[in-house]
Amino acid sequence: MTYDDRFHGLLVEFDDPVALEAACVQVRDAGYRDWDAHTPFPVHGMDAAMGIRGTRLPLIVLGGGLTGMTLALLMIWWMNAVDYPFIISGKPLFGWPAAVPVTFELTVLFSAFATFFGMWGLNGMPRLSHPLFSNERFRRATSDRFFIVIEKTDPKFDLARTKTFLEGLGGLAVDEVHDQAED
Amino acid sequence: MNRASAPVVIDNTINDPTRQTTLVLGGETFTTITDKVCGIVERPQPPRAWYVAITFTGLLTLVLFAMLFHLITTGVGVWGVNSTVGWGWAIVNFVFWVGIGHAGTLISAILFLLRQRWRTSINRFAEAMTIFAVVCAGIFPAVHVGRIWVVHWLFPIPNYQGMWPQFRSPLLWDVFAVGTYATVSLLFWYTGMVPDLATLRDRATGRIRKLAYGFFAIGWRGSHRHWHRYEKAYLLLAGLATPLVLSVHSVVSFDFAVSQIPGWHTTIFPPYFVAGAVFSGFAMVGTCLVPARKFFGLENFITKHHLDNMNKIILATGSMVGYAYAMEFFIAWYGGNPNESFAFVNRAFGPYAWAYWIMVSCNVLSPQLFWFRKIRHSLTAMWIIYIFVNIGMWFERFVITVTSLSRDFLPSSWAYYQPTMIDILTFAGSFGLFFTLVLLFVRFLPMIAMAEVKTVIPTEHAEGGHGHPAGDYHGDINDPREGTH
Repeated sequence: MTYDDRFHGLLVEFDDPVALEAACVQVRDAGYRDWDAHTPFPVHGMDAAMGIRGTRLPLIVLGGGLTGMTLALLMIWWMNAVDYPFIISGKPLFGWPAAVPVTFELTVLFSAFATFFGMWGLNGMPRLSHPLFSNERFRRATSDRFFIVIEKTDPKFDLARTKTFLEGLGGLAVDEVHDQAED
Repeated sequence: MNRASAPVVIDNTINDPTRQTTLVLGGETFTTITDKVCGIVERPQPPRAWYVAITFTGLLTLVLFAMLFHLITTGVGVWGVNSTVGWGWAIVNFVFWVGIGHAGTLISAILFLLRQRWRTSINRFAEAMTIFAVVCAGIFPAVHVGRIWVVHWLFPIPNYQGMWPQFRSPLLWDVFAVGTYATVSLLFWYTGMVPDLATLRDRATGRIRKLAYGFFAIGWRGSHRHWHRYEKAYLLLAGLATPLVLSVHSVVSFDFAVSQIPGWHTTIFPPYFVAGAVFSGFAMVGTCLVPARKFFGLENFITKHHLDNMNKIILATGSMVGYAYAMEFFIAWYGGNPNESFAFVNRAFGPYAWAYWIMVSCNVLSPQLFWFRKIRHSLTAMWIIYIFVNIGMWFERFVITVTSLSRDFLPSSWAYYQPTMIDILTFAGSFGLFFTLVLLFVRFLPMIAMAEVKTVIPTEHAEGGHGHPAGDYHGDINDPREGTH
């Protein structure tokens, strides 16, 4: 069997998160690489079932927090003690206790930005179009249905054999995904 | 997961510590949750009552803008502030609104870290209120500077004078605290909403809806590889928002506590302000949620159990606030500082005694009624108490701000402060803005966090028997399927 450029991959639909989890274990053990599960909410136990390893997001956030803290301290010290020094209420030009609140806030602010942009960045978002959006069935992936998608880019992908494999997983239906977005 | 929604009557208000309470009633399934929550924003025309409400709140918002225009074009003399009481309603309203925001962050971040699963039904609504309350709060310090056209001097922006802000002042800390709080709350709220926006996108029929929800859903398609990072990010944001929310009202209290005015210069202020903020915030969440729940038929999601829990938090924080009032008096006496003792005797028995006793009766006495289970479960009774708490907490900020200033160290400068009609209309207008935003929110955005609620409903097919949720609930480390049989 052959497929054209518009072909994205195969999907199998489930109506039950537990069946999905069992199916994911089989896909994982069959050695597929470019595949994913799509669920309306984070399903318990899927990380193990899919063999997903930890994310490096916390490190990015730590980096963001440390940057915010350093920048805040440098800014306060440079602005009030170097570039524009003036004495008020007999306070030292730069005293770390008075610098704590702003330093704390900027640490949190930079960490939050790192979390937000880091997470969406690692997820490849924002993304306004995706081949999966062309599939009518897939619309329920954000509501009440559970999907496994194996992409054609997977080295083990073979249309006929993969289709048979997916049909053996006990889902409701197996469907081909064709990108119908206008160029 | 297509279960017939049999009308099972479950009383989930019974407190049995050995069992997880059912959080969603009425046999709701994944499908019915999506249908019900999306249905609210998908109907072509909102109900007539919505139009009536938004017309009223819209007019009030116009009053706010008119008052602000008058203030900016005339000057702060249009307010009741005088040379003795330089901080009037603007600061009172600012602290009031910021405080209200705190309930949203407490529900979304702190209750999340504490694994309080019941928060899933109310967190979206409460977080939205946080943002709207901070919007209202932000107006007051911005306009009270007098010359609003140089308000950017508050920020460390290079300027032609070669001057920088003064980082040893709590007022500047406040700029950073509230600014960070508004930003992080918005990021947290939006992050939580992306999966639900994707649900709306996938159900949308009209072109505008498809484009708008599609744009803001940024391509979310429920990939589990995405959920994995999303859950981690959510946990991190909750971990960041928790110390942040505690810091914000602490920093707001520094505006008072770091000064040397009797009645302000006390170390109890940060925890006392934070408790009061949570107290007032929960009351405002309840004020909006009780009617919204009824109006939109969300009784299966926001159950009596949820309201009961909220009322217990109000009771707890209200008691903390009452304790703080008592402790302030005790320290004023025990500390032996005559100015401090005078400030407190003056608070309770001076010219503003009327305000003080409104505050005490609303904040200390009225929440104590929540000791009674009957009152915690009566919608009418709880709503009346919420209103009392809202009033009481506004008066708390009024009492703190005005009584100390009006009778300071030098008797010759004592003065009585009275608001003008402009003050009153500005404050009323801020309610208009707040409720307009709330009404727009319930019309266009999902007011229940669908993806989160789906993680806590019991599923029949779930492994290990019946009735356990299939959801991961943001990488829950304590598997609810273990040890809760």
